[in-house]
Amino acid sequence: MREINVAEITENISDMCIEINHRLSDDMEKALYDALEKEESSTGKQVLSQLKKNLEIASEEMIPICQDTGMAIVFLEIGQDVHFIGGDLTDAVNNGVRRGYTEGYLRKSVVSDPILRENTKDNTPAVIHEKIVHGDGVKITLAPKGFGSENMSKLYMLKPSQGLEGVKKAILKAVKDAGPNACPPIVVGVGIGGDFEKCALIAKEALTREAGTHSNIAWVKELETEMLETINDLGIGPAGLGGKVTAMAVNINTYPTHIAGLPVAVNICCHVNRHITRCL
Amino acid sequence: MKELYIDICDLKDEIPDLLIGDMVYLTGEIYTARDAAHKRMYEALEEGRELPFDIKGQIIYYMGPSPARPGNVIGSAGPTTSSRMDKYTPALLDLGLLCMIGKGRRTEEVKKAVVRNKAVYLAAIGGAGALLSKCISHAEVVAYEDLGTEAVRRLIVKNFPAVVALDTLGGDIYQEVENRV
Repeated sequence: MREINVAEITENISDMCIEINHRLSDDMEKALYDALEKEESSTGKQVLSQLKKNLEIASEEMIPICQDTGMAIVFLEIGQDVHFIGGDLTDAVNNGVRRGYTEGYLRKSVVSDPILRENTKDNTPAVIHEKIVHGDGVKITLAPKGFGSENMSKLYMLKPSQGLEGVKKAILKAVKDAGPNACPPIVVGVGIGGDFEKCALIAKEALTREAGTHSNIAWVKELETEMLETINDLGIGPAGLGGKVTAMAVNINTYPTHIAGLPVAVNICCHVNRHITRCL
Repeated sequence: MKELYIDICDLKDEIPDLLIGDMVYLTGEIYTARDAAHKRMYEALEEGRELPFDIKGQIIYYMGPSPARPGNVIGSAGPTTSSRMDKYTPALLDLGLLCMIGKGRRTEEVKKAVVRNKAVYLAAIGGAGALLSKCISHAEVVAYEDLGTEAVRRLIVKNFPAVVALDTLGGDIYQEVENRV
C-alpha cells in the first residue's frame, strides 16, 4: 500500500493545465512542422507557417495557443495499491483545474447546465475518467479539449455486415462533414467496438496517443495509414482553405463488441491537440 | 487573389471589389460577440429593444478571448466557429451589419443575406489566437459584462489578417475548395 496525498494531484493538474495550453507536446509540435514540409498549396503553407509562428509566440510570451483553452478532460490510471489521503480525489482534480485556469489566465469555457448555460467561472468541473490498474502509481493524462472540433465528432452504430468498408465510410463522412469547422490539420481519434460509451471513450483516448505511433494490431495499423492518406486526398487542407494536409494523424483504438454490433466513434481534434502525462 | 490593407472606415466602399480568396488586413474598430451575446441581441430585437451598440456599418468578430495577463491588452484571441451564429446572422445583416469575422462554413440563408446586403464574411485562422492577439491594441467590454469571455467587446485592431470567405457575388471559399477536389 502506498499513500498519496491528493494535494499532489491538485498541484500537478494545475501545472499541467498551464503548461499544455502554452506549449504543445513534442509529438504534436513535430507533426505540425512535418505538415508544413509536406504541404504543397501556397495558401496551405501560409496557414501552417502562421500556426508555427503562433506556437512560438504562445510559448515565449505565455499567451495560450488558442483562446479556447478547452474543457479539462482528465484520465487517471490508479494503481490498486494506492491509498489516497488528504481529501476527496474528485475535488482534488477539480481544484487543480480551478487553480490552473485561474492562475494561468486560461479561458473559463464551462457552463454549469447545458440548457441554462451559466458559466461556472473557473472551468470546472473536469470530465474525469478513472481506471484501476496494477501497481502503486498514479498516471495522470490531461487533454484540454476545444469544442470547435468536439462539435464535429460523431458516433455511428453500424451493423456487423457493414464491416471494414462501413467503418472507412463512417470515418471519411465525419471528416468531410467537419471540413473547415474543426480547424484542420486535425487529429482523428477513432474507436471501433465496445458499446455506445466505451466506443466514444476509446476514441477520445486515441487522441492522446503520441502522434506518429501506430496500433500494435496489424489490420488497425494498416487502416490508420490508409485513412490518413484517404483523408489527405480530400483536399480540405489547413484552415479548410485547400491543400494536401487535412489530417496529421489517424489514431484508432479497438475493443471487443457484441455479436449484433459494430460501433464506430470519430472524435476529431483541431491542430491544437493538447495532451500531457505525468506519473506519480 | 488580391492582398489589401483596409482602413475599416473605408470597408463599405471596398466590399464590392472583394472576392473569395482575397487576403485582407484590417485596421480600425471591431466588436466581438459569440453565442451568448448573439442570443441576447436576437432576443432584444424580437422584443423590440435596442441593441447594445449600433451595428450599422460595423464588424462583428466571433471571438471570446482568454483573460489578459497583467500588462497585456487581451489574451489569446482567435476566431470561433461561425456556424453557431448562423441562426442570428441574417437579421443582423438586414439591420446593416457590414462584416463578420469567424471561421468555417455558413448556411445558405447567411450567404443570401451577405449578397442582399452587400456585406462580407471573412475567415481568420482558427487556432492562431496568440498570433492574432498581437494585432489588437485596445480592448474594452461594452455590453453583457456578466457573460465573461462572451461579453461584447470593442477592439482596435491593426493589420488584422483574414481571408474573404463569402463575397457579394455569392462566392463561398469553402464550397470552392470542395468543388476543386
